[in-house]
Amino acid sequence: MDILHALIVLANFIIVPAIAYGSQLALGALGITLVVGVLRFSNFAHGETMAFGTMIVILMTWLFTAIGLSIYPLPTALLALPFGIIGCIAIVLLTDKFVYKFYRKAKSTPVVLVMASLGVTFIMNGLIRFIIGPGDQRFADGARFIIKARDFKTMTGFKEGLAIKVTQSITLVTAIIVVAALFWFLNKTRTGKSMRAYSDNEDLALLSGINPERVVMITWIIVAILATVAGTLYGLDKTFKPFTYFQLLLPMFAAAVVGGLGNPVGAIVGGFIIAFSEISFTYAYKKVFTYLLPADWAPTSLVQLLSTDYKFAVSFSILVLVLLFRPTGLFKGQST
Amino acid sequence: MTGGYGTGADILHDCTVAVNKGEIAVIVGPNGAGKSTAMKAIFGMLTMRSGQVSIDGEDITNLSPQDRVAKGMAFVPQNQNIFTSLSVEENLEMGAFLREDDISETMHQVFDLFPILKERRKQAAGELSGGQRQQVAVGRALMTQPKVLMLDEPTAGVSPIVMDELFDRIIDVAKTGISILMVEQNARQALEIADKGYVLVQGENRFTDTGSNLLSDPEVRKSFLGG
Ligand SMILES: Nc1ncnc2c1ncn2[C@@H]1O[C@H](COP(=O)(O)OP(=O)(O)OP(=O)(O)O)[C@@H](O)[C@H]1O
Ligand SMILES: [Mg+2]
Repeated sequence: MDILHALIVLANFIIVPAIAYGSQLALGALGITLVVGVLRFSNFAHGETMAFGTMIVILMTWLFTAIGLSIYPLPTALLALPFGIIGCIAIVLLTDKFVYKFYRKAKSTPVVLVMASLGVTFIMNGLIRFIIGPGDQRFADGARFIIKARDFKTMTGFKEGLAIKVTQSITLVTAIIVVAALFWFLNKTRTGKSMRAYSDNEDLALLSGINPERVVMITWIIVAILATVAGTLYGLDKTFKPFTYFQLLLPMFAAAVVGGLGNPVGAIVGGFIIAFSEISFTYAYKKVFTYLLPADWAPTSLVQLLSTDYKFAVSFSILVLVLLFRPTGLFKGQST
Repeated sequence: MTGGYGTGADILHDCTVAVNKGEIAVIVGPNGAGKSTAMKAIFGMLTMRSGQVSIDGEDITNLSPQDRVAKGMAFVPQNQNIFTSLSVEENLEMGAFLREDDISETMHQVFDLFPILKERRKQAAGELSGGQRQQVAVGRALMTQPKVLMLDEPTAGVSPIVMDELFDRIIDVAKTGISILMVEQNARQALEIADKGYVLVQGENRFTDTGSNLLSDPEVRKSFLGG
């Protein structure tokens, strides 16, 4: 029995990574949920939006590195982030102007808008592959670890190490700042309140003189900021690959639905639920049990519920279960 | 006004309603007569085939609903007339969305008119009772400092006591110089406080007179007030 060592192993392989991944999913799911709340459709192009913003961040990072600009020990990408955000805002507003606005004016049903967003997905996908290519891009420079596993061992004398990557802590800190700013905006500013009012009751918002086109524009701007930040954090933590970002759509939608579509708090909680489920269902617990059980009971197998190849099956199952048993999500949301 | 919803058939046929400054005009009529439709037409929420809408002598037939808010019109629709997920205070703030000046004075006036709203101002409006919600709805509309306040069945679903209360408050509002155009199901009580009454049937004006004349008109009594 060695509970402490078991806990360190859990922290190292589940808790720390899941907090980082959960923050990234939460930021992504927030973008999805805002579009559902205000524009009333599920935006399939959200993964691509994230990829587009991140791509610009990467291009700017390369430029900065080329001219020798750096903010070591932090990754250069943080410096490039504002440019990525601006680029993402531009593409998202252009898409709205040339695609979604038409369907909005025609008062199309949500499913038509969803299909339109699927078309946008393909176009953006092509654009991204054309500009940066389909391959893997590693752009996290700067220091790699805050605590290395080996240093943790020598520091504490434990047999197990706990590593915390710089990107993981940047993810958490950035996510906290962005979410705090978002909630301040939604709850304290007039424009933010008008966004909530519009999402709550579109007709009454009109009767109050709230301009829907302005609300829509501000929503897209916020969505672009969230998407670029989420995409950049994910890319820093792992790598950037266009197809991976498309795949992220599933866990992000699962997070938004679990929390209740249209509900920002729900999106955050949902992000962490999905992240913790995905990682803990696919982790091999052999080491943990070896510490917890008497020596001769130690497991010989990996004690892994699902292979990591099946991590998307976890999100998918949660998504289906929630839709079956609680379509409005944990927090009250729309059931579309 | 003549018009209907989208490309559908006309629902209003040459229907006319008007209200003078500081007066109360009431529209009554059977279900489906087009009362709510008339209100929406006045507010520019449906396509009009012909006719015109004006305020203070100014033609506003081609203005969007938002622009009509700016011109001094406020509308409390029959259904979904509050932001349920916003607090009472935020509902009032949203009512004053177009205003650039200080709104705290108007908010005080609304709180004086409906003291319960002050008590509940941090609570989500969706958690209030039916009568309290109607107060939020009327309060939200008053926040624009309108010249004309349009109310579609403000007393729907509230108890008789609260209904009398609301009518008293509506009279108070009219006394401040705001014109009130109101659709009411409780025709008798509504016509009692009305300066002018309209009986609408199948999208047409059937009777138009002062409230008290309509109340004493035997034909109106027989067909629309239940004897
Ligand atoms: N959004 C809509 N689209 C199409 N037709 C509508 C719409 N709303 C109402 N109608 C039709 O317009 C007609 C008049 O409806 P309206 O709501 O104006 O009646 P009303 O006099 O307000 O009735 P009530 O007393 O029940 O509120 C009805 O035949 C109704 O079916
Ligand atoms: Mg009606």
